Amino acid sequence: MNFNKIYALGLRHLYLIMNSFPRVLDLIYWPTVQIFLWGFISKFFTLNSEYYNNTVGIILTAAILYDFLFRASISFNMMFLEEIWSRNFTNLFIAPIKIREIIAALTITAILRTLIGLIPAVLIAIPLFGVSVLSLGMPLIFLLLSLYLFGVTLGLLVTSGLLRYGPSFENIAWASLFFLAPLGCIYYPIDILPLSLQIIAKGLPLVHIFEEMRSILMNNTVNYLNIFKSISISVIYFIFGVIIFYISYFGAKKRGTLINMGE
Amino acid sequence: MFIKIKDLTKNYNNFCAVNKINFQIEKNKTIGLLGPNGCGKTTTIGMMLGLVTPTEGEILIENKSIRSFKRDDILKRFNFASPYVELPKKLTVKQNLEIYGRLYGIKNLNERMNEISSDLDIKNFYERKTGELSSGQKNRVSLAKSLINKPEILLLDEPTASLDPDIGDFIRSYIQEYKKNNRITVLLASHNMSEVERLCDSVIMMRKGKIIDSGSCEDLIKKHGRNNLEETFLKLARS
Repeated sequence: MNFNKIYALGLRHLYLIMNSFPRVLDLIYWPTVQIFLWGFISKFFTLNSEYYNNTVGIILTAAILYDFLFRASISFNMMFLEEIWSRNFTNLFIAPIKIREIIAALTITAILRTLIGLIPAVLIAIPLFGVSVLSLGMPLIFLLLSLYLFGVTLGLLVTSGLLRYGPSFENIAWASLFFLAPLGCIYYPIDILPLSLQIIAKGLPLVHIFEEMRSILMNNTVNYLNIFKSISISVIYFIFGVIIFYISYFGAKKRGTLINMGE
Repeated sequence: MFIKIKDLTKNYNNFCAVNKINFQIEKNKTIGLLGPNGCGKTTTIGMMLGLVTPTEGEILIENKSIRSFKRDDILKRFNFASPYVELPKKLTVKQNLEIYGRLYGIKNLNERMNEISSDLDIKNFYERKTGELSSGQKNRVSLAKSLINKPEILLLDEPTASLDPDIGDFIRSYIQEYKKNNRITVLLASHNMSEVERLCDSVIMMRKGKIIDSGSCEDLIKKHGRNNLEETFLKLARS
């Protein structure tokens, strides 16, 4: 791995953000709207639901964590799509940069885009709704790590689709996370799902992450085994995502789609 | 021989884009790749750049198969420019050159950026976003990017397409001048016959994925009994 090249690719996306105020605004706007929306929903349920009684902020914390996952995945996709939209794809793939360096650069830079969007929203939630994700304590770092790995994995799978099917796969990029959200048990416990779907859901890291989040906030207990399980599942998916990306890249070279990728 | 193309073939399902082509390029020579649209020029360039996997055949650099090189080791010896491939539009010219300079691992990058931007006269729009530039300015920036690493092998796909005669002449003169002062091997795909006559030591004519003739411009014109390369091209393309 050449870190100068990874830095160069990261710099390309940093310049892109810095050169455009509307782009920064766009990054911040959506998470903030989400926080407002879920903040009010959270407040309503806290006051009117038996399940969530006296557990202020569970829904809002879930919304923040889910948004973190969503932003990580979308950031990864967006950076790849930027290369297609700007017709820079060929220049990038003929540069002396290894495919694993491209993946590393996108993975590292996606966190930057994610945090630019999410930090203001998280800070707003503290005075406005009295909810801070930091109340999850140390386990928050591990939960975020697991979410981030899974978000990037979804990004890898979508970009693999873009390599395979071209820009027409773009719509899937936006839909990918909504497809998994019902199985992720983000806002409700896994018991709500039919038994058959519970089996599938347990194969995703999301269930373990959000179950653990609820357990920490409601029972004040941390089950590190559950956290370890979620990270392990995320790592397995991440490795799978990388393999799929490589397969798609070599497939695209065979089909000759890299040479005329663009709008 | 510096570059050797051996039985290079590319099939897409039932369509043969490039059909067992063979040619060689000597070091520091400029070769023109000519042919009507869809004849396989871009696919050939794509295979040389590692963007397209050949179905059959070999590309040899100094008698070593291109496949035996590490991806980044071979690619840092190449570069490519085409008006159909752009640089990120929202980045300034300076930012784009900086990023590609870093990707190509250029030492003394600022010095190199200054040198190339002065040579190509792009200093006066250095801080402007690339997407806001005229076609002529974009082409010069694209050429600057393609020379940032002082490549040993430069692949140019219609470098002066859609440019006014003045800017087109500037680009051609620059390539000529650059070739005089640097050791560089150029493969030029173009539809501009006067450009090919001016820049190329020899040409390869392609049609339907095959090489139908090759040689120096003068030899080809003489061989086909025509007055210039354009007439020769038309004869070969329509035969």
